[in-house]
Amino acid sequence: MAKGEIVLGCLAPHPPHVVYAENPEQNEAFSEGGWETLRWGYNRLARKLKTIDYDAMVIFTPHWQTYIGTHFLGLPEFKSKSVDPVFPNIFRFNYDISVDVDLAEKMCKVAGESGIVTKMMRNPDFRIDYGTITSCHMLNPEWDRPLVTISSNRNAHYYSPEVMNEQASALGEACAKAIEESGKKVVLISSHSLSHRHFVTESPLPEDMSREHIYNHSQYVWDMKLVDLMREGKMREVIDIMPEFTEQTIAETEAGGLTWMMAAMGYPDYPAEIYGYQSVIGTGNLIAAWDPMEATREVVL
Amino acid sequence: MTGPDILFGVYCPPHPQPLLSPEASDGYGKLRDAFETCRKRIEESEADLILVYSTTWPSIIGHQIQAHPEPEWVHVDDDFHFLGSMPYKFRMDVEFAEAFRDAAESRGLQSRTVAYDGFPIDTGSVVALKLLNPENRIPACIVSSNMYANRAETIVLGKSARDAIQEQGKKAVVVVVSSLSNRMFTEHIDPTEDGIHSAKDDEWNRKILEFFDDGRLEDLSQLSREIHGQIRVQKVVAYKPAWWMSATMGQHNNYTGEVLAYEALHGSGGAVVMLTPASGSVGDKEFDEDDVEHYHGDRGVLDKGAL
Repeated sequence: MAKGEIVLGCLAPHPPHVVYAENPEQNEAFSEGGWETLRWGYNRLARKLKTIDYDAMVIFTPHWQTYIGTHFLGLPEFKSKSVDPVFPNIFRFNYDISVDVDLAEKMCKVAGESGIVTKMMRNPDFRIDYGTITSCHMLNPEWDRPLVTISSNRNAHYYSPEVMNEQASALGEACAKAIEESGKKVVLISSHSLSHRHFVTESPLPEDMSREHIYNHSQYVWDMKLVDLMREGKMREVIDIMPEFTEQTIAETEAGGLTWMMAAMGYPDYPAEIYGYQSVIGTGNLIAAWDPMEATREVVL
Repeated sequence: MTGPDILFGVYCPPHPQPLLSPEASDGYGKLRDAFETCRKRIEESEADLILVYSTTWPSIIGHQIQAHPEPEWVHVDDDFHFLGSMPYKFRMDVEFAEAFRDAAESRGLQSRTVAYDGFPIDTGSVVALKLLNPENRIPACIVSSNMYANRAETIVLGKSARDAIQEQGKKAVVVVVSSLSNRMFTEHIDPTEDGIHSAKDDEWNRKILEFFDDGRLEDLSQLSREIHGQIRVQKVVAYKPAWWMSATMGQHNNYTGEVLAYEALHGSGGAVVMLTPASGSVGDKEFDEDDVEHYHGDRGVLDKGAL
């Protein structure tokens, strides 16, 4: 059996607003659009994904928060409705997803053998979080590939962003090993914003783009610092400054997603593909991808 | 003018073990028994409203209030999914929810009701309502805990609840769903070996329970920032339950306190406490923070001539 490999890594933010703005048939709410810079970036990355041969998407989500280790979805099908507890007015999504349970179990096993506390989630009533759904829908609206969803262990809350970095790195390395052993071609998804300070009010029409902007300028400057480093292929440096970035911008990187993905990909030293940056209710959202194949790597923006 | 009719308050933990696995340890069983005591007291009271403030329902857009008349789902906890599912169907007081929202808005808060099929009611609210009001005999209302809210906003939210209770002429039981110390073990454990995560957490929990036992709710409110720094995981800006509970129940120390149970829940501190308004007091203190009546939003300091 050939070794498995990671064929693409995607930073895919999950504000439900982008799904709402797309008006897919699965979502009950209706919009007049909005957040085009992000959506069009997502559309382009989704087109690239169609040109790539892969078996499964593996997504690390901040909205399945666990404090007792890292958990993996462990049943082949989940069908239900996901309602965003924060933005229920815009996101009530009827989903029907399939899970690559073999790959999930392998990741769980390898991570466990490396000393990480793990658990398979096998309760059929479990509801899939809106982070998983938003990122996966925007990258693959046909939903024609199985997923593995990994919970975000919130040790950063108990210890520090430095500990989060260490633990997420270890998890990333374990997942890479499991993928290699699986013989599968996998797309990794790190589902989160960068800076993550929200406005606490919402305009009467959520998609009113005249009201949308970053929460404050320091958040923007920090976000751009990371984008610059990504363009330069300095992902080791990004991860090194991750604790400070996370604390300064209360970034959603606190869940460990980007660190996990970069560790799994060996801290790329090649430029990231940048697909778009835009604020959503004040938070900073970047769509980016890391393509290990030099021949297909693009300068997008 | 008399105040709103708040019969008593209940402080209880959000974890699912007392609901799903009370037999797994003596401690979980004692917490379940304490919930049962509260259930009986509620049933014997003349309450016509159970008002729940849940720390496991975080919100961002202001303060959300559940207003679906009969929310129904099968809930599963993110961490403790292996303990089983929690099917629920509750009866909500929609008229009160709308009055609460209006009262909050009139005091300057951002607030909205939510009434969507399939809305994910949080673990803490599900556990509390299933154990305290299993037959839905009394209609309920649930309010979220805004993750950015600090003292002023939370106290004004409590006063808004008070306004609405009074305006509606309700006889209310106030339920706050929150741990004491909330540091859990990071590994899976044998429930029979559960214990408070550290001696420091245990000592602080017991000190808080002394205050509860003495009926010193406003004193606990004044200690919230210290409690947050000492025994609360820093995932939100503040320990808010005592602020909200005291503001809702009248901001004083005149209660009969009953600590019905204190046990570990995967390392965190779980207590079931009842506070019944009384005439006596252990003594009111002088407090140096503003008693806020109206929320004006964040205050800018850079444009006040400080620079």
